[in-house]
Amino acid sequence: MQPIRLLYVCLVTAFCLTAPAVASAQDDPQALRKEVDQLKADFETLRQGYAERLAALEARLAAMPAAAPEGAQVPQAPAAAAGSSKVFNPDISVIGNFAGAAGDNPLSDQPALSLSEVEAAFQAVVDPYARADFFLSASPEGLEVEEANITFTSLPAGLLLKVGKMRAQFGKVNAMHTHILPWTDRPLVLHNLFGGDEGVSDSGASLSKLIPNRFMFLDAIGEVYLGASDVFHSEARSELNYLGRLRGYRDLTEGTNLDLGVSFAHGPSALSPGFDAQRIGMDATFRYRPLRRAIYRQLVGRAEGVWSREELVSGLQQHSSGFYGSVDYQFARRWFAGVRGDRSGRPLDDLHDSGGSLSLTFRPSEFSLIRGQYRRTHYGEDVTADELLFQLNFSIGAHGAHPF
Amino acid sequence: MLLTSALIGLAVGPCQAAVRVVATTEDLASLAREVGGDKVTVVGLAKGYQDPHFVDPKPSFILEVSRADLLIVVGRELEIGWLPPLITSSRNSKIQVGGNGYLDASANVKILEIPTGQITRAMGDVHPQGNPHYWLDPANGRRIAQTIKDKLSQLSPADRAYFDQRYADFDKRLAAAESRWDAAMAPYKGTKVVTYHRSWPNFMERFGLNVMGYVEPKPGIPPTTSHTVDLIDEMKKGAVKLIVVEPYFDLKTPQAITKQTGGEVLVLAPSVGGSKEATDYIGLFDYDVSTVVAALKRTTGK
Repeated sequence: MQPIRLLYVCLVTAFCLTAPAVASAQDDPQALRKEVDQLKADFETLRQGYAERLAALEARLAAMPAAAPEGAQVPQAPAAAAGSSKVFNPDISVIGNFAGAAGDNPLSDQPALSLSEVEAAFQAVVDPYARADFFLSASPEGLEVEEANITFTSLPAGLLLKVGKMRAQFGKVNAMHTHILPWTDRPLVLHNLFGGDEGVSDSGASLSKLIPNRFMFLDAIGEVYLGASDVFHSEARSELNYLGRLRGYRDLTEGTNLDLGVSFAHGPSALSPGFDAQRIGMDATFRYRPLRRAIYRQLVGRAEGVWSREELVSGLQQHSSGFYGSVDYQFARRWFAGVRGDRSGRPLDDLHDSGGSLSLTFRPSEFSLIRGQYRRTHYGEDVTADELLFQLNFSIGAHGAHPF
Repeated sequence: MLLTSALIGLAVGPCQAAVRVVATTEDLASLAREVGGDKVTVVGLAKGYQDPHFVDPKPSFILEVSRADLLIVVGRELEIGWLPPLITSSRNSKIQVGGNGYLDASANVKILEIPTGQITRAMGDVHPQGNPHYWLDPANGRRIAQTIKDKLSQLSPADRAYFDQRYADFDKRLAAAESRWDAAMAPYKGTKVVTYHRSWPNFMERFGLNVMGYVEPKPGIPPTTSHTVDLIDEMKKGAVKLIVVEPYFDLKTPQAITKQTGGEVLVLAPSVGGSKEATDYIGLFDYDVSTVVAALKRTTGK
């Protein structure tokens, strides 16, 4: 009731201060009385208004959720006392990838031992409309921005827009960072026809839309890139790299699902300057993960094919293609085994490479893995390489999302 | 005439659309159904018999989240490995973190095991904001239901009285069930048990059981031989006869332990749907309490 008491005091004081002036100005007692009555009425209206507002406030307070129960420990943001700059720091993680190779391969430049990549990730919400993700990659070749983009999450019409530098959504494997690949290397077909060891990551924009339908998750993606990769290279502002992808997904049962995609990319060729290049890709992924045993068993079968078209000289085109197929099986909580078959042409000649791999992965925890891979490759130059590849992957910092 | 009425009905559609709720677990989904009744449609993402830490962020979940008016999450980083990509990919501004349709159910509950001091991954997969399995205390279930009721009333003010009435009814049934559970568990207060993972601190504290060890050496780290040997020693010394296991963990190690120590391995439902009997939130405790009581009767003779 304190606000009302205060209001009384203010009004009475105001009345006392103004009363003599009113009296002197208006000597007619009836007019004076009328004025006082008016003031009283105004005051009563005000009092009632405040009383109603106070009652409404009290009702709202009573309706609010109960305070934290006795003994409850609702944690405070740890850095709250240290200033807002720390509270708003992004999630930070650092991932190291140590790689090794044994065996002869005259066509590979992979060293016997190397810290092949250190990736630092910074991820946070920008504002109510967007989030940002930065991935910096340091390797023996130097430091580069692998991805740095903003994703607008609140667009109308079910659109999702990503702008910045990002991995192109071509097929399944190109969009994967090295540390979440199920192998120590990228399949031959992607190595030969879509971006080498690193894949295609470029500056541009990606717009995707879910296509509503009764049967499946259907996502249509359109992307435009500068054209600064190992596949597409632009030398003029008017020359850009365009990419489209349609992805369909459906749960077959509670523990199995099928993921299908078709991708198309067109742009100025990086391999045959002055001409355009095209790539068409198809991918299929089958997953089996029984929910009750999800931490012990899963099987993922993947297949991906890529067709390439390059123009060597005016009117002379080179068509190449390739594919890989793989199966990875988790047979214990921390153990995974995999097999992969590869075959791929090369973009600028008729040579074909083929190969196969067997891999074994041990994951001590979610934050590290040790992988060994036997790889046999038969190159178009009639060279066969048998190699043992090794990978140690480790991460610190914020807990990232599980790959899917 | 009938055809005209039907066409008009189709054109007009339902008077008021139900609030579309997506909950990350079946427990939250069950509480939302209790409070929301027929004014809501509810979908739960993780099943009660799967490990809620390891859920695949499937595109079919993106579709569910994209259509939601309200997303209810357990929070405390339980879903950190799978929920963020679903939210980002949902294209749904309502349920983005901080949005009006995003509800962290842990806001007003009693949280246990909040780590203090330096936290590192050497401690296993610890949750820096405390143990996220808090729904396994019915008092917290009541608080979650109240939080959901307030949020639903905010999203659909015209149905406030309906949600209030549903909540009051749930509260009454829960209170009656709590008396039942407390009476059944009372003879076993202070009994020592072992659990596989740290999923049960709220349940055990609520019903007066004393957790003296874990099959996992550290949260999220699979059993090791040395830890198992130590645990067997401890259990023998403390005459511990019960190992509580979630339905998604391998029973091999717990069974090997009870072979040495005597006693039983007990698979409880950590969530609604974790067993076929646990069909809703109250049913979850009915099942777990009756299963524990039956096992304690056998092992303690009380």
